[in-house]
Amino acid sequence: MDDSQPLYLQLAREIERQIVEGGLKEGDQIPSTNELAAFYRINPATAGKGVNQLLAGGLVEKRRGIGMFVAPGAAERLRSQRRARFADEYLEPLLAEARRLGISLDDLTTLIHHTAGARPAGQSSGV
Amino acid sequence: MSTSTMTAPVIRTHRLTKRYGSVTALDHLDVTVPGQRIVGLLGRNGAGKTTLMQLLTGQIFPDEGEVEVFGERPAENPRVLSRVSFVAEAQKYPYSFHARHVLSVAPWFFADWDADLAASLVDTFGLPLRRPVAKLSRGELSMVGIIVGLASRAPLTFFDEPYLGLDAVARRLFYDILLADYAERPRTIVISTHLIDEISPLLDHVLLIDRGRILLDADADVARGSTTVVSGATSAVDRFVEGRTVLARHSTGPLARATVAESYDAVAAPATAAGLTAEPVTLQQLLIDRTSSRQGRTS
Repeated sequence: MDDSQPLYLQLAREIERQIVEGGLKEGDQIPSTNELAAFYRINPATAGKGVNQLLAGGLVEKRRGIGMFVAPGAAERLRSQRRARFADEYLEPLLAEARRLGISLDDLTTLIHHTAGARPAGQSSGV
Repeated sequence: MSTSTMTAPVIRTHRLTKRYGSVTALDHLDVTVPGQRIVGLLGRNGAGKTTLMQLLTGQIFPDEGEVEVFGERPAENPRVLSRVSFVAEAQKYPYSFHARHVLSVAPWFFADWDADLAASLVDTFGLPLRRPVAKLSRGELSMVGIIVGLASRAPLTFFDEPYLGLDAVARRLFYDILLADYAERPRTIVISTHLIDEISPLLDHVLLIDRGRILLDADADVARGSTTVVSGATSAVDRFVEGRTVLARHSTGPLARATVAESYDAVAAPATAAGLTAEPVTLQQLLIDRTSSRQGRTS
């Protein structure tokens, strides 16, 4: 974990990532607060705050006396949230750097097609 | 943790002041620590951390102000002191004592002493029991303190610089054991240190002291997200920080860097738009920025 950002948010993001990538499936039980605290070596109250954040967002649900489980539809909801943020998080910085380097929108579009065609998905390109 | 555990404060000081001759070690300190927390007592050497812990454990008397632990004055108060464990940085033991003697007398002082836990910690750390304490290395002496502090299971436990001389593996063991035991038996644990990078994730509250005054009394995650460094061209940095609270500023001609008292999330977008780079600040860096900004220590 990175000590310059609130740890409870980092924990919540990490569990969200597991849900989106399928490491945690809908209906799966998520580890207890104490298990998460021990695994990430963070304070149990901090871990609890991270899990509560997911609970408040409806991504996990509580079954009394048993624990927390990934809620139905959680993965799709997270994917659609990410799609909504895609332009801000990925396109804005890309366009800003392109402007700085004098790469036109047309050139950028060509470059994207070229990179997507020339390289296997997932591999980074050194633009 | 349920809200019912967040009861009356375990520690409360009001205008607490301690002087040694012309040196004011603590200067009208107001601190309130709720129960069931792992608290980091942070600050540079000589900031007043040990003095505060000595006052809280009734080892010395205040010159001014009030100190309360579990709602009562700690000095010469067995109701308080039987529930408090203090592991000093330079803990003195009787001459010729072996580590096993330390562990065998500990139950006289601590009502909740857990001998099984102590034995298993001795095993885990590989502490030599049959050697005079005076012959132990600095790291082994720290192990004795950590074992006594944890196995005392006191409702309020102080560790003063607990990991001096411990190697990286032993420190990691300490953190893991502390977390596991705290999860099993929540209590209030105060850890004083000037090296916080490693232990920072374990804390849920931080108290930052500088020259006897409190600089920061906050939830650790709030503190973690509270400041941001912006850097870039000096003119752009200066324009950006105008009207914002600046905690530290450095510049070298055309380049400047400033720490502002705002969260990364709030600052990142406008800083980028102004052509600056924004970076979040670690707790350790925050401590350095906050305590080095006012130079000219009088000691």
